[in-house]
Amino acid sequence: MVDFKFWRKDKANQQTVEVELPKRDLNGIRSLFPGEMSADSIQDLEDILLMADFGYQASEEIVAELKSRANKFGAVSDAELRLVLKDLLVEYLERDDAQLNLTTGKLPYVFLVVGVNGTGKTTTIGKLARWLSDGGWRVTLGAADTFRAAAVDQLGTWAERAEADLVRPDKEGQDPASVAYKTVERAIEQDADIAIIDTAGRLQNKKDLMDELGKIRRAVDKIAQVDEVLLVIDSTTGQNGVNQARAFSEVSDVTGLVLTKLDGTAKGGVLYAIQREFDIPVKLVGVGEGINDFAFFSAEEFARGLVAR
Amino acid sequence: MFGDLSTRLSDTFRNLRTRGKLTEADIDGTLRDIRKALLEADVSLEVVKTFVAAVRSRALGDEVSKALNPAQQVVQIVNSELVEILGGEARQIRLAKNPPTVIMLAGLQGSGKTTLAGKLALWLKNQQQTPLLVACDLQRPNAVNQLTVLAERAGVDIFAPEPGNGVGDPVKVAKQSIEHAKNKAHSVVIIDTAGRLGVDEELMKQASDIRSATDPDEVLFVIDAMLGQDAVGVAQAFNDGVGITGSVLTKLDGDARGGAALSVASVTGESVLFSSTGEGLEDFEPFYPDRMASRILDLGDVLTLIEQAQKNFDEEQQKELAEKIAKETFTLEDFLDQMQQLKKMGSMKSLLGMMPGAGNMKKQLEDFDEDELKHTEAIIQSMTPVERQQPRVLNGSRRQRIARGSGTTVTEVNALVNRFEQAAKMMKTMSKGGTPQIQGMNMAQMGGGNPAVKKSKNKKKKGSKSGNPAKRAAEERALLEGKPSKSEGSGSAFGL
Repeated sequence: MVDFKFWRKDKANQQTVEVELPKRDLNGIRSLFPGEMSADSIQDLEDILLMADFGYQASEEIVAELKSRANKFGAVSDAELRLVLKDLLVEYLERDDAQLNLTTGKLPYVFLVVGVNGTGKTTTIGKLARWLSDGGWRVTLGAADTFRAAAVDQLGTWAERAEADLVRPDKEGQDPASVAYKTVERAIEQDADIAIIDTAGRLQNKKDLMDELGKIRRAVDKIAQVDEVLLVIDSTTGQNGVNQARAFSEVSDVTGLVLTKLDGTAKGGVLYAIQREFDIPVKLVGVGEGINDFAFFSAEEFARGLVAR
Repeated sequence: MFGDLSTRLSDTFRNLRTRGKLTEADIDGTLRDIRKALLEADVSLEVVKTFVAAVRSRALGDEVSKALNPAQQVVQIVNSELVEILGGEARQIRLAKNPPTVIMLAGLQGSGKTTLAGKLALWLKNQQQTPLLVACDLQRPNAVNQLTVLAERAGVDIFAPEPGNGVGDPVKVAKQSIEHAKNKAHSVVIIDTAGRLGVDEELMKQASDIRSATDPDEVLFVIDAMLGQDAVGVAQAFNDGVGITGSVLTKLDGDARGGAALSVASVTGESVLFSSTGEGLEDFEPFYPDRMASRILDLGDVLTLIEQAQKNFDEEQQKELAEKIAKETFTLEDFLDQMQQLKKMGSMKSLLGMMPGAGNMKKQLEDFDEDELKHTEAIIQSMTPVERQQPRVLNGSRRQRIARGSGTTVTEVNALVNRFEQAAKMMKTMSKGGTPQIQGMNMAQMGGGNPAVKKSKNKKKKGSKSGNPAKRAAEERALLEGKPSKSEGSGSAFGL
């Protein structure tokens, strides 16, 4: 269980105070290795990691490291090998900056949510908004996805469910940067604790759309500090996730990953390569369609789930 | 698209090409590369294993050792095995003998079902069908709304009796939609369903109930080209749960290598029927396994390109154009016209991506600036009719005026004129029976680069341009009528 502390404004005395938010557990990670682990079956692990989207290089790397550590510690039994593997994964994935950046006390916090089409950006925002508003936060959502048909309405539905304030574009196809700007402006006016801005899904190889995202970021930078740029990645995504992380980091300076749809059969192994290569922590995971179905990422829980029998 | 895999395989084959005879070690080395490339392309491991084993056994057989060029033979084998997995011969969508044809869409959340429903509807409408979109995704917030907007954009009818957002029974809606379609004489019904995970038994049962209620002619599984190793499991789950008859590959315009297409086709044994290649509703095309395999092998996709050209170029206009070229009356106006036709075919990037050798040009393609086209358009539109029809009148000051008018620079105007002259020359060769050498074409010539265009001298017409607008108009009239301008040297404000 991850125990984070957060800072927001106390409505009564207008002071920024440390607060607690509802807890979230990361459960239901499916095991990678239901069979018996033994010295002989370590090589099979490479195939298993490949099938979990860890990628060619990472799979080789992990197996080599596991072999050498198993040798060193004399680990031979199923339980020992699992423990060594778990520790190894935790070591590679654990970070001390995996918590959401809601600690500076400088309000409103501003989150920008980015990613390719169909990864679950809008849903993630709905869940975050509900969680924060359950904790008594005042949330302003910005519908800067002015491209996809009815995207604004989709966010609107989530805003209603989360009792959050929604800033809509004035007209269809409006410049998303101006919607983003307006959202932060409104959050400041309304003395909101946090502004979360939804952006249109874009494939990372479309230069124009990526430039547009850079522009959104710059527009927001003009009026407030951006506390998080969350890149939402679908856990069913294969190695293309690496390209996504690279391209989105370049234009919008991503500060954290959100891994969605982890309640399916996909293991989301690509997060390993991304976190290792780009030094971006995974902050949240989505584990279902319900408004409460998300959790903070914990390397320990994730690794334990993967190596469980 | 599929670019990285193409690049990898062409590297591998380049090594093979340089050798004469193939040893078993050569073949194994190559297959290791292919295995790695396929894994990096997100082809599922078990599919990779089967694939590599099949290629290996054929490559070690007689057909290779006896071939004149063994390396090419391996390429052939890889190609034909890829085609095999992707579904062999291209298959058309099945239309019912007694309309309406029912097409049901199923897939994971976010795979692009709703957008695809709109694209499929537009495509069918262009095939003289009268499609009806049915909103059975009553789960995702505002999915119904989204489908309604798409129906409007595609200009097709929609059946959406329930508001969605968790309200309404999708099975009932699906059932009613068939009656509705019969009453309104729709020839095709396209049912959009909620996205679901393979492990969600309840939703899988709902999908299967929709299937039972509507008895669809096609159940299309919508796959995201970015899908990873999970593709096999998901495809299996959907096949077991709903039973699919084919699939559709979405987001192929991204830089995902798209190995999922191989995985799904291999696991389900059903073909991929369509692919979706852009944000626009018209960015949708039939999927051709053979062409896709060629594309993976970096042989390009000339056939698709040609087909798109045929679809979009108006035949009459084509004929006229051919005559013009033959008569050497091809003008900048025709050039503009052509460019606008080209734009209708889809983005320049996706067009160029289909050309052979494009795999190696990935970087350039990504940087290809669609704005270039806009600039070109602006330049031509800033020209007077005379200038458009007789570019040789473009002297320095005219070029300056055009640059100002179009917000570009004289250099850009010059470059365009040069390009136009080059194109006109090339077309003339073609119209005289010369064939364009597509196979060996250097892609750099297609993009903005034009390395082949020699620094041709700007054919500046020495003729003057008068500051007097009336006189200038007269000059231009004269030019249009083919008379030589008399104003040169006259200096008379009155033109004579």
